[in-house]
Amino acid sequence: MTTTTDDLSVVDPLDSGRRGEVINGYELIVGLEVHVELATATKLFSASANRFGDEPNTHIDPVTLGLPGALPVLNRHAVELAMRIGLALNCTIKPSTFHRKNYFYPDMPKAYQISQYDQPLNVDGHLDLPNGIRIGIERAHLEEDTGKSTHFGGASGRIHGSTHSLIDFNRAGVPLVEIVSRPDIRSAEEARQYVTELRAILVAVGASDAKMEEGSMRCDANVSVHKPGTPFGTRCEIKNVNSVRSLGRAIEYEARRQIDMIEAGETVRQETRHWDEGDGRTHTLRTKEDADDYRYFLEPDLVPLAPSAEWVEAVREALPMLPGARRARLAEATGVAPDSEAIMVVVERGQDDYVLAVGHVGGDVARALVHVKEAYADAGAQPEVPAADLAVLTKLETDGKLTATQAKAVLADLVVGGGGDAVAIAKSKGFEAMDTGALESLVDQVIAENADAWAKFCAGEGKAMGALVGAAMKASQGKADGKQVTALLNTKRG
Amino acid sequence: MSDLPVSHRITTADVVKVAKLARLDLQPAEIERMTAQLDGMLEHFADMDALDLSEVEPMTQPFPLHNVFREDVVVAGLERDEVLAMAPEAEDGRFRVPPIIGIDL
Amino acid sequence: MADALPTTAVDIADAVRAGRVTAVDVVERHLAAIASREADIHAFNLVLADEARAAAAAVDAAVAAGRDPGPLAGVPIALKDNMCTRGIATTCSSKILDGWRPPYDATVVTKLAAAGAVLVGKTNLDEFAMGSSTENSAFGVTRNPHALDRVAGGSSGGSAASVAAEFAPLALGSDTGGSIRQPAALCGVVGVKPTYGYVSRYGLVAFASSLDQIGPFSTTVDDAALVLDVIGGHDPQDSTSIPQPHPSLREALRDQDISGLRVGRITDLPEGCDPDVLERLEVAFDTLRAAGARIVDVKVPAFGYALTAYYLIAPAEASSNLARFDGVRYGLRVNAADTNAMYGATRAAGFGDEVKRRIMLGTYALSAGYYDAYYGRALKVRRLIADDFDRAYQSADVLVTPTSPTVAFPIGAKGDNPLAMYLCDVYTIPTNLAGHPGMSVPFGTGADGLPVGIQVLAGTLGEPAMFRAAAALEAASKRSMA
Repeated sequence: MTTTTDDLSVVDPLDSGRRGEVINGYELIVGLEVHVELATATKLFSASANRFGDEPNTHIDPVTLGLPGALPVLNRHAVELAMRIGLALNCTIKPSTFHRKNYFYPDMPKAYQISQYDQPLNVDGHLDLPNGIRIGIERAHLEEDTGKSTHFGGASGRIHGSTHSLIDFNRAGVPLVEIVSRPDIRSAEEARQYVTELRAILVAVGASDAKMEEGSMRCDANVSVHKPGTPFGTRCEIKNVNSVRSLGRAIEYEARRQIDMIEAGETVRQETRHWDEGDGRTHTLRTKEDADDYRYFLEPDLVPLAPSAEWVEAVREALPMLPGARRARLAEATGVAPDSEAIMVVVERGQDDYVLAVGHVGGDVARALVHVKEAYADAGAQPEVPAADLAVLTKLETDGKLTATQAKAVLADLVVGGGGDAVAIAKSKGFEAMDTGALESLVDQVIAENADAWAKFCAGEGKAMGALVGAAMKASQGKADGKQVTALLNTKRG
Repeated sequence: MSDLPVSHRITTADVVKVAKLARLDLQPAEIERMTAQLDGMLEHFADMDALDLSEVEPMTQPFPLHNVFREDVVVAGLERDEVLAMAPEAEDGRFRVPPIIGIDL
Repeated sequence: MADALPTTAVDIADAVRAGRVTAVDVVERHLAAIASREADIHAFNLVLADEARAAAAAVDAAVAAGRDPGPLAGVPIALKDNMCTRGIATTCSSKILDGWRPPYDATVVTKLAAAGAVLVGKTNLDEFAMGSSTENSAFGVTRNPHALDRVAGGSSGGSAASVAAEFAPLALGSDTGGSIRQPAALCGVVGVKPTYGYVSRYGLVAFASSLDQIGPFSTTVDDAALVLDVIGGHDPQDSTSIPQPHPSLREALRDQDISGLRVGRITDLPEGCDPDVLERLEVAFDTLRAAGARIVDVKVPAFGYALTAYYLIAPAEASSNLARFDGVRYGLRVNAADTNAMYGATRAAGFGDEVKRRIMLGTYALSAGYYDAYYGRALKVRRLIADDFDRAYQSADVLVTPTSPTVAFPIGAKGDNPLAMYLCDVYTIPTNLAGHPGMSVPFGTGADGLPVGIQVLAGTLGEPAMFRAAAALEAASKRSMA
């Protein structure tokens, strides 16, 4: 379901000078339609199992196969998950209806798809990218999935040149939510971030495992270009993007294709194009003229869906903290930017609660963040090392008793041991931080022994600092804290 | 048939287009007959134009219901063999069809 | 008489449960009737003699073992061939489903079996229930048992004829615009379309989803009540089925007193009704008045514009419902070089003219650019129709009209004129649009001694009053025929 806005007459309502990719003076406008398979036990309108990867046609029933006389009945849990998605995307949940979208295709058992048309369940939301940019969400509605056709006899499983196809209806009727963004995305990178963040949200609320490679999340991109200050250009829909990386590549290719056409005086046709990962290009799939007339009308076999205010509130209250809020919380605790790599990685791994726990037992959250990011890649959301043990380590650092390098070494032992006594480990490694007096003597000694470098440093050559610090580390056998040495050098220089 | 009056509500071109949408192969004689019959019907239905429907809401449900659900519990469905036995063509546990033309999704 | 063979469903079930007659004897009697006259009438697409005997034997075994086989114990019943019967051919009288055996039972089939009914066959119909004469069947017309040169009505002609010919005391049909009531009238039997949602549609091959309902044919009003008590009720597999349980209609019929019942006489009913039918209508009003009812004049303008709304809404929904017949998963397939060609050739070969016509009309009415003018407007007209009825039911409890404007017409009489055929349903169609119940009661004869049916209508879930008024008409009719 694409936005019905006539893009040709809309001038970019966003502050278009702010960001985004500008190529040859053209701005890139992207909207994304993401289909997500819901993690329900059964299908949207029938009680066959919603399972991936089993023998073909083993999860079928009269409704799934579109047998004469079969009737759909709506899966309550699918509605619950759709509501979670809507609320997590800041949508308003509205009374909604189902429509039939009529078209013929062998994997469409009824020759119509039951979807939501002009009264979708969730409307008018937004998703904030980690850097704070807000992407509008037009709608997120329920619809049923189709079966799967496999083509034979042609080149590499494509339809073109095939001799026949085989259809498996296991997937037919699986619940989908289609999430349609507004055309607020301004670069391939933003598109990648949008999809990544969306996935994280979907997984967090338990609505889907959202794996593009497995098909439980599918992404179509609507791409157009325009010169800022002019109306939006004609958009093309790109299909068959199977990974986040492909999404970026496809958008970039398509943008350049359109720009090249416009620069050459050609008109971009509104059409659907197929992304070919192999040759790195999009190809015409069907033009607007070929497009089917779907003859939408209200599905007479279903009744309206109007979740009660109580139900909506219950779903809202049961929502877990979303990735954006978790990043913000961790950012506030550590003083680090919410879209910094450390925060992004730690939250993505689900280790933010752990980092905060270190703070609750007296440790230093900022140090904990760094350590967890560096050393906990395989630790999962419930790391083995007790938060209290890591807290002790961070306190040693902030008390000046361990250098950063020394702390890393102690941490490695903690990780291997699944915990431990940081103090004892440090002692066993012979780590002691130098006291201030010893440190100052060391620095004086280094200055004396490296007169050349000292002269250059005093003359303003910042690069000479490295040699001096290196000498200090060597002389102290690593016990000197590099930062403190630097600070002392600066102070002595004046 | 071709000298019946045509009131231009529906033309042969419309019928051809609609037949394509409905995936019905119609012979030329059928197309002509269909055009005349449908045209006659639509003219009859023009009596609907006389009604003032500006303030009227469409009626979409004969018995007002909402929020009808089923619980998310698996119920055993149909046996593949029984179903494929009734299929026009089956192969390898799946329904077999000739090449799917036109749309590659 | 104590040992007279029971002929009504109520009496048969009583007798079988009490062990006074065997279900096998009952079914043999009916199979003999079928053997004797079916060749002339062609009520059935498929007679299930062996299956019926086996089912009857099972009922008798249950009785012998002291188990109650149910309220329809041993009662033979015929089912319109658009209701799915597992493992038994269900063709909708169409070439596109010729030979198809569903892998599942319709809900009504399950309920009938649980009640001990004995299925004797699948009856003929207008293809996919589209028609008013059963002449649109791909397998030949059903003839009226009262006059073999006449139609049995449609689309449930086979079911109506099977009861009229005493092939079974009961049959089920489906009614989208009158397809139970009109053939009931033409064949001189009782036919009921209940409130939309009263009976589950799960397993009924859909024609127009917002209009279809399953209902009984019988020889008595009481039998029809019994059947509805068995097959009615909420079905979790049909989202449109009414959630609350229905009060027993047989119980409602125990009180036959209709004094004070307000019977509406529609003063602006469309013209075109034959005088012999109108005459019976007058007698019907006299009868009801004599029984204590109060006849009130009402206007229901809906009858004047319902045909148009119906012939846009029903084909639109049908065009979508019948799209699944594409040769991919079941039914006829005409092979071709690619799927699009296969669809076109299969559907051209599999569907008859009337079905094609309605698919075309429906597709057109929904298509881009035409939705608002046709389908969209028709939905608004539907609202007007419902409102008209609501107003009428403020001053009347039931409405009484002719069921069909004519008695059974000769086979072939409506010729190549679809519009003429559509007018057969002028008195029945508005009910379906409003979602209300309606029933036809045999009430004497008209031209050429052919049966006339009188239609009783009521508002949503107004079945009890509707049945009482029908019972009063039936009682008078039986008295005058005795």
